[in-house]
Amino acid sequence: MIELISQNPILAALVALVGLAILFGALLGFAAEKFKVEGDPIVEQLDELLPQTQCGQCGFPGCRPYAESIANGDEINKCPPGGQATINAIANLLDVPAPELDAEHGEESEVKTVAYIREDECIGCTKCIQACPVDAILGAAKLMHTVIADECTGCDLCVEPCPVDCIDMLPVEETIADWRWSIPDQPGQLIATDKRGELASQPNSEDAA
Amino acid sequence: MNKTWVTPGGVHPPENKLQSVTQSIGQLPIPETLVIPLSQHIGAAAIPCVEIGQAVLKGQVIAKPAGVVSIPMHAPTSGTVSAIEHRPIAHSSGMLAPCIEITSDNADTWIEHQGISDYEHISPAKLVEMVGNAGISGMGGAGFPSAVKLNPGRQRPIDTLIVNATECEPYITADDSAIRERAGEIVEGIKILSAILGHPSHIMIGIEDNKPEAIEALAPHVEGTGISVVVFPTKYPSGGEKQLIYILTGKELPSGKLPADIGMVCINIGTTYAIKRAIIDGEPLVSRVTTVTGDAVGIQRNYDTLIGTPVSHLLTHNKYDQQAGGRVVMGGPMMGFTLPSAEVPIVKTTNCILAPSYAEIPDDEPAQPCIRCGMCAEACPASLLPQQLFWYAQAQDHERLEAHNLFDCIECGACSYVCPSNIPLVQYYRAAKGEIRHAQDEKVKADHARERFEFHKERIEQAEREKEEKRAARREAALKAKANPPTADKTDGASGSKAEAKPSSSAADIIAAAQARAAAKQASPEDQQAKLERTIAATEQRLIVAEEKLAEAIASDSDKQAVFSAAVENTRQKLQQSKTKLAELTA
Repeated sequence: MIELISQNPILAALVALVGLAILFGALLGFAAEKFKVEGDPIVEQLDELLPQTQCGQCGFPGCRPYAESIANGDEINKCPPGGQATINAIANLLDVPAPELDAEHGEESEVKTVAYIREDECIGCTKCIQACPVDAILGAAKLMHTVIADECTGCDLCVEPCPVDCIDMLPVEETIADWRWSIPDQPGQLIATDKRGELASQPNSEDAA
Repeated sequence: MNKTWVTPGGVHPPENKLQSVTQSIGQLPIPETLVIPLSQHIGAAAIPCVEIGQAVLKGQVIAKPAGVVSIPMHAPTSGTVSAIEHRPIAHSSGMLAPCIEITSDNADTWIEHQGISDYEHISPAKLVEMVGNAGISGMGGAGFPSAVKLNPGRQRPIDTLIVNATECEPYITADDSAIRERAGEIVEGIKILSAILGHPSHIMIGIEDNKPEAIEALAPHVEGTGISVVVFPTKYPSGGEKQLIYILTGKELPSGKLPADIGMVCINIGTTYAIKRAIIDGEPLVSRVTTVTGDAVGIQRNYDTLIGTPVSHLLTHNKYDQQAGGRVVMGGPMMGFTLPSAEVPIVKTTNCILAPSYAEIPDDEPAQPCIRCGMCAEACPASLLPQQLFWYAQAQDHERLEAHNLFDCIECGACSYVCPSNIPLVQYYRAAKGEIRHAQDEKVKADHARERFEFHKERIEQAEREKEEKRAARREAALKAKANPPTADKTDGASGSKAEAKPSSSAADIIAAAQARAAAKQASPEDQQAKLERTIAATEQRLIVAEEKLAEAIASDSDKQAVFSAAVENTRQKLQQSKTKLAELTA
């Protein structure tokens, strides 16, 4: 065997290389079949970043279709509920510069809202129930409807179809449970003589508790 | 002498403890009104079970626990419930929270209560239940319900019980004075805990060496009980749970784990006293020792304070000079927070009310840029990198914050204390933690919304599909009907074509056979018969009614006679038709 190889070194090398190429080719081919990635992973990742309000302000029927559209090269600044934070996150994921929010699709609102049905005025037409993308409205024909506040994403798609305008978008009130500390003001650019100046808070009896 | 370990970092702020321990634990007159917040602990807020105007006795349950991780609330004195509403509470946000207000009748009458002395013969589960019913939550700081901590349903046996008497924060002497005066009862409470936990092999009271009187007071009581009092050098923050476990055992509590996961229970010494009162005396937790200190109060002393006492009541009884002090802090100078108003009540976790003068604790100096001196990293007891966390918190880089173990920060304030630039570092970490938790909550909500949206879409699609199928079926049926219009009577067709279908093979016949089968399926002879019988019965009924009406009309000579007689005739005909059909069918 060894003799044979040493007598035909070029042939032996060739055989060895071709053999390896076939072996690895088969291995890679098998792996490509076996560990095939289902679906488009980038769409999944984009969908994860979108706020899932399903409001359709981007012009697509829901967050996933918009994610698919972004994956196909659409603009990333069409999501007002997500706002700049979502745009930044998507830009980070796709490694593109983050644009400003496209005002054409709406403005980013500061406060989160939920729909509230003024139940006395509701005529039970079920139009809002059909409009709700997350089935957060409860009711039946000719019976009063109501919104499950915990499930409402605040997309306001139910407001427009209501024939008697009895749906309000109310801001979600902050409670002690979801109160958060805020980031302190940035350290100022002080020089030593400023320290005792007007920036330093004055001791007075007003803020005595 | 037990071996102790030394934690990394730490600071030595001025202790300022002596001024409040010159006198024994005092009693205050009962305030006119007491305000009991429904959430004084970690977990769900209690649910009120009294009504406005109801008379209550001291120790009566006024709010029931909501779920497992929750505790009941008891009336701290006798009187009447005067309000159940939102009030300012001791919270950094300054927001209002649901509270029960009790107007005292000054009698301080206890509700009938009874303890048990032979706790050794009672099952641990029953003892834990008693602890839970007494409304005891951790009195050291966080306020975790003690019954949950002691729950025997755990997987790992507890081999170490650590009683935290460190009280490392400056100014506070509540535990110190309680040990001096109540060492016997405290040790009794530790023995009860030991019984609940199945007599762990190590029971240690961890105490700093700046409390020699307390150590001395404990010595005679622990002799021969197997409880060891472990004294270690004073350093802030040795009293943190993780820090104390390391000091006493040399074991590090892994990130994100509870002491129970490594077979330990760590409990505050004030809580052991409350447990003794609950089991032996049957008294729920209605009062605690609170230090009132700081140069702005005339008398600096510890008080046995009723839960719900307004802070203003404590201040006025201690000659508080509003001109001298700028703010009132609940807790110590390191981890405490400035109260939004002096009307907030004392709660189960309030160990100190600090009213410092301006000279004592000046207002915060304006923060300056970080100079990367690294002093914070040296001071951090959790071996974190405070300045890195500070940068990432400013940049809101949640991933890196978590990678740098932000959640292991105990918010002790040692980094802010040493910072030469006066950067309020802890506030950055609190804000960042809040942001991350908020983002996680939002994520959960978004996932939930996505799930619901997808289900909604699927449901709509399915409904659409079904509709489409039905439409297609109808279209097909219509086409067939056009191709082969049915001539025979339905029932006749059914029986007739069925017999003929097999021999014939023409397309028209096959269609006819299919139609016949469909018709037969819809109405088998038995069904039809039953249906006809029902129709006959109903028509007969109608006929009787119609005849009655006709008779009435005839009797009253009404002009509707004609209408009624027509109706009777109509019904009679229908009845006749049905009867003939039935006869045909059964024939």
